[in-house]
This record gives sequence, C-alpha cells and structure tokens, in this order.
Amino acid sequence: MARAVSLRRRTIATAAAWLIGFLIFFPILWTIITSFKTELEAFSTPPKFLFFEWTTENYGIVQERSNYLRFVSNSLILSIGSTLVALLFAIPAAWAMAFAPGKRTKDLLMWMLSTKMMPPVGALIPVYLIFRDMGLLDSRGGLIAVLFLLNLPIIVWMLYTYFKEIPPEILEAARMDGASLWKELVYVLAPMAVPGIASTLLLNIILAWNEAFWTLNLTTSAAAPLTAFIASYSSPEGLFWAKLSAASTMAIAPILVLGWFAQKQLVRGLTFGAVK
Amino acid sequence: MGTIVLKDVQKRFGDVTIIPNANLAIKNGEFVVFVGPSGCGKSTLLRLIAGLEDVSGGEIIIDGSDAAQLPPAKRGLSMVFQSYALYPHMSVRNNIAFGLKMAGMPKPEIEAKVAKAAQTLNLTDYLDRKPRQLSGGQRQRVAIGRAIVRQPKAFLFDEPLSNLDAALRVQMRLEIMQLHQTLGATMIYVTHDQVEAMTMADRIVVLNKGNVEQVGSPLELYNNPDSLFVAGFIGSPKMNFVSGEVAGQYQAQTIGVRPEHIALSSQSGAWEGTIALAEHLGADTFLHIDTKVGGRLTVRAAGEYDQGPGAKIWLTPEKNRIHRFDQNGRAIKNAA
Ligand SMILES: Nc1ncnc2c1ncn2[C@@H]1O[C@H](COP(=O)(O)OP(=O)(O)OP(=O)(O)O)[C@@H](O)[C@H]1O
Ligand SMILES: [Mg+2]
Repeated sequence: MARAVSLRRRTIATAAAWLIGFLIFFPILWTIITSFKTELEAFSTPPKFLFFEWTTENYGIVQERSNYLRFVSNSLILSIGSTLVALLFAIPAAWAMAFAPGKRTKDLLMWMLSTKMMPPVGALIPVYLIFRDMGLLDSRGGLIAVLFLLNLPIIVWMLYTYFKEIPPEILEAARMDGASLWKELVYVLAPMAVPGIASTLLLNIILAWNEAFWTLNLTTSAAAPLTAFIASYSSPEGLFWAKLSAASTMAIAPILVLGWFAQKQLVRGLTFGAVK
Repeated sequence: MGTIVLKDVQKRFGDVTIIPNANLAIKNGEFVVFVGPSGCGKSTLLRLIAGLEDVSGGEIIIDGSDAAQLPPAKRGLSMVFQSYALYPHMSVRNNIAFGLKMAGMPKPEIEAKVAKAAQTLNLTDYLDRKPRQLSGGQRQRVAIGRAIVRQPKAFLFDEPLSNLDAALRVQMRLEIMQLHQTLGATMIYVTHDQVEAMTMADRIVVLNKGNVEQVGSPLELYNNPDSLFVAGFIGSPKMNFVSGEVAGQYQAQTIGVRPEHIALSSQSGAWEGTIALAEHLGADTFLHIDTKVGGRLTVRAAGEYDQGPGAKIWLTPEKNRIHRFDQNGRAIKNAA
C-alpha cells in the first residue's frame, strides 16, 4: 500500500509541476501564437487558441519596417560587453572579499546590494543629464558602462558566494608551492570556479539582455537594442498586437535558445551556489 | 640545510594577542613536534613560519637570514595541511608537479621527479586519477608527495593524520618517520596526539596560550616537566596531582605522580582508597581509585588486575618519581 500512496503522490506532484510550468510559460506561448495571427484575429473575443488562419505576414512586415539584425547586434554587444567588463572587476573584488576579508567586508557587500534597492528612476534625471553633456546618449559605450555598473553588485555577490565554497587552504597550498598571486588566480582559483563563473556570466547576459529601463531611456536608434525594437510597436498611433508579438518573439528567441542550452549552469546561478 | 630560528615572534589578530613572544631554535634535520591544548596557537605559529600569516613583530630566521617579510614561495618550505588541500581539478601527477612547474623546471626533469616521489609513496598506479577518486590515506600521500618533490629546506605538518582512522594513522606515522630518516630534512609537526608527539619527536615544544612553555626531548619532558602544565599535558593517562597536607610533607604546594609510578597493595601502603572504576586494556588495567588524601587518582596496573570496583586498596607512590610544584605551578627541582 505504501508504494501505491507514494506513486499517487508522485503523480499529483508531477501534474502540479507541469501545471505551474505551463502557467508560467503561458504568456510566452500566447505571444508566440498571437504573432501568427492577423491583427484582426489578435483582438477577437473569445480569443482563438489554435483554430485561426495561421500567417507569417507579421514577421515580414516587422522585418521590413525595422532592421532586426541591427537591434540583435546591439543587444549582443551590450549584454556580453557589459558582463565581460563587469567580470574583469568582479573577479579580483570577490577574490579579495572571500579570501582576504577585512573588518568591513560584510558591510561593503550589504552596501553594494543596497544600491540595487533604489528605484532606478530616482537616478534617471542626473544620469540622463550627464550622458547628454558628455555626448554619451545613444552610444553603445555609454550604455555598456551603465549596464556594467548596474549588474556589478550582483556579479560580485554571486562570485563571492562561489569563492566562499572553495577551501582557502587550497589557495594557500598553491602559495606554498610557489605560485604568484596571478598564477594562483589563473591556475587554481579560476579552474575551480569555472562553473560559478560560467553561471554568473550567463545569468548576467540574460539580465542585461532584458534590461529595458535604461536601454529605452538612453537610446534612440544607433545603440538601441531589442528592448527598443519591441517598444517601437506599442506606439502612439495604436497598438498592433500581432506585430508586437512577432517582434517580441524575435527579441526573446536568441536568449531562449541560449537559456535552453545553458539550463544546468543557470539553475546553479539562480540558486546562488546553494546547490552543488 | 634547514635551520629555523624564531626570535621574539609575536602575532596579534586585531586587539587579540595570540602569540605574545615566541623564541625557538630548530636545528637542521630535527623532527620538532608542537603540542598544546586546542586554541593555544600551534597552527598560528606554524603558519607564521610558513609565511601564510604575517608576523606582528620579531624575526623568523631560516638558514641564517630573516625571512619574516618574505612571501611563502620565497621561504623554501613545504606544508602538509590537515585537509590535504589538493587541487581538485588536477590529476595526482599534476598535483605533485605543480610546485615544480611554478619553479619553471624543464619537463623531463619534472617527470623524473614526480615518478620518483610517486614510487616512494606507492602512488605510481594512481598518477592519472583525480583527488576525489582516492581514499583518505592516498590523498594524504599525494599531499606529502607534493611536499617532497620540491626538496624544501623544511617540512611543516599541521595535524596531517587527524582525518585518518586509527589503523591508517599508525601506518602513516611510521611512513612519515621513515621519510624523515631517508630525507634527513627538518620537520615541524603539529599534533595533539600524545602518541605521535612522544614517538616521532626529537624534541617537543609545549605551547600554552601562545607561550613556549617547555622544549625538550620526549623523555626529558616526561621525566622532568618544568611546570604543572607540562606535567599534566605530557603522558597518558594524565599525571595525578595532590595538594594540601600530603604535598606539605614533601615541602611543595602540589605533588604529581604518574599512574605508572604508583604501587598497589591490598594490605598496606601510604594512601588508602577504594576502587571506583576499572578500565581493562588487556596489557594494562587503569584503575580509578577514590582516596582520602587526593580525591580520585588513576593508577596503572600491569596486565589484568583481579580487584574490581568497591575493593579496598593501598597506594604507594615511587619516592624518586614524585614531582613537586610550588604555588606558581613551577617545578621544584632536586625532588626528594
Ligand atoms: N584569522 C584569525 N583571526 C582571528 N583569530 C584567529 C585567527 N586564526 C586563529 N585565531 C585565534 O588564534 C587562536 C589560536 O588558533 P590556532 O588555530 O593557532 O590554534 P591551534 O593551537 O592550532 O588549535 P587546534 O588544536 O584546535 O588546531 C585561537 O584562539 C583562534 O581563535
Ligand atoms: Mg590547529
């Protein structure tokens, strides 16, 4: 009997997991379905789920109206660029905090995280003015700087938690073996932290890819990434649901593919090193 | 060569003084064991010598020149950690070779040295495995292999055997002693295992709250402890201490007698008592006896002892084996 109960439980749990998964995925699925409808059917009540005239005309129009590839390349440059720059600063910072902590290291970490608690709109006007005066508006360099600073606290935190899991004696052993600080980082710390660094990298590329507030406010066209591409379809002239959906689908497709292939690293990244 | 001299070495962590002032001279080729209660600063002192902690003051003279400000890499010492601290992402071969690679030694030479070390330590069959695929004893051997290939001036061990089970510990203890004989290198060994300290050491350094309490050969410390602290720390089971009237008879504040230096008799003797507990080890029996003069005392009886708990018994300490201590806990020499 015990077996039967546990089997039933397992079935229920599995069903519940699928249901929750489906609920979370539903908006994305609906967006993808809507992207294949005509503008008229996109509005229809009751909404049509599968039985409508499937069409790809929205994709054609979207592609024609705006240069998709330029947005994609901007998104790639901004997300990867800002993440790499951030890692360059974050790895030494996290190393110092994890292996040579001072009296105020804990406070410093909290303070860094607290900067994420301020609503970004509070800093919009000053940042905008600085960007305007320095001629950084709508430039990739300026945006990389903003995204890099925006995500730096999280990157340092993630790396710090990974580095904390590494026994300090291993680094000390390397020091006894004659490794310089640089060699200790490259030959011992980095290889041991590869999974952590990889998941940090991936998660932050995704965060930067999806970042909409600053990318929308500080760009117009030249440096505009895919978030601006999507936003351009909810224009004052009216909402075009089907085209907006097509644009959204095109915008999330690359990151969806990346996420699919990097699932394992991402789970590790999202649990902040709690799962080994 | 491998002489190490500590001169007025001090260590503070913030406001807390861990090592107030340590002085010690270690000769080339000596096997020195640091012992002391937990938290007394054994590891800290070893790490100061290694260069993994910075001194707050004083000199650490290795082979005649002050190394206190040198980084660990420049001191020419090897360390074996309690947790092994192997590089988990490297094979056994690369773990052993890492130090040689860092020194920029040519490849063929590295290979020869690794092969030789592996042979010495019975690791030849495991060279291509990762540390996680090894048993505890094998891991400890890799850690030792990593230490010996670099031919250091001295070896530092921080409780290297405490993660191993009893049988393996005995075996590795003998291997390390064998290694010391073969290499003739200076070794500093931290432990809180009585047996390791007594059997391995040329000289034992007893530490108490960061101070060097006494330095001497195992038998010197056993026979002539300078203080109550050392007397109580060296030897197992612990020395018995009796103070009060009886100690007064010996012109001392406290007297100490080791369990193995008390004779037992069921008819007559110096002190009267009742057996409370008996521990049978086969070769010996440890009797815990409640006495009027000094509370519960431990006595070692050779072989199996036929009296059990509740039996009346007489104790007689061996006269020339009584240790006398003054009110400061210092030994009074020329015991009666
Ligand atoms: N990095 C540090 N910061 C502050 N205090 C420390 C630090 N390292 C050690 N201590 C303190 O120094 C004292 C001595 O520590 P140490 O590790 O040398 O003791 P030990 O004799 O090796 O003990 P054990 O036998 O338990 O290993 C302890 O009280 C410890 O709390
Ligand atoms: Mg210790």
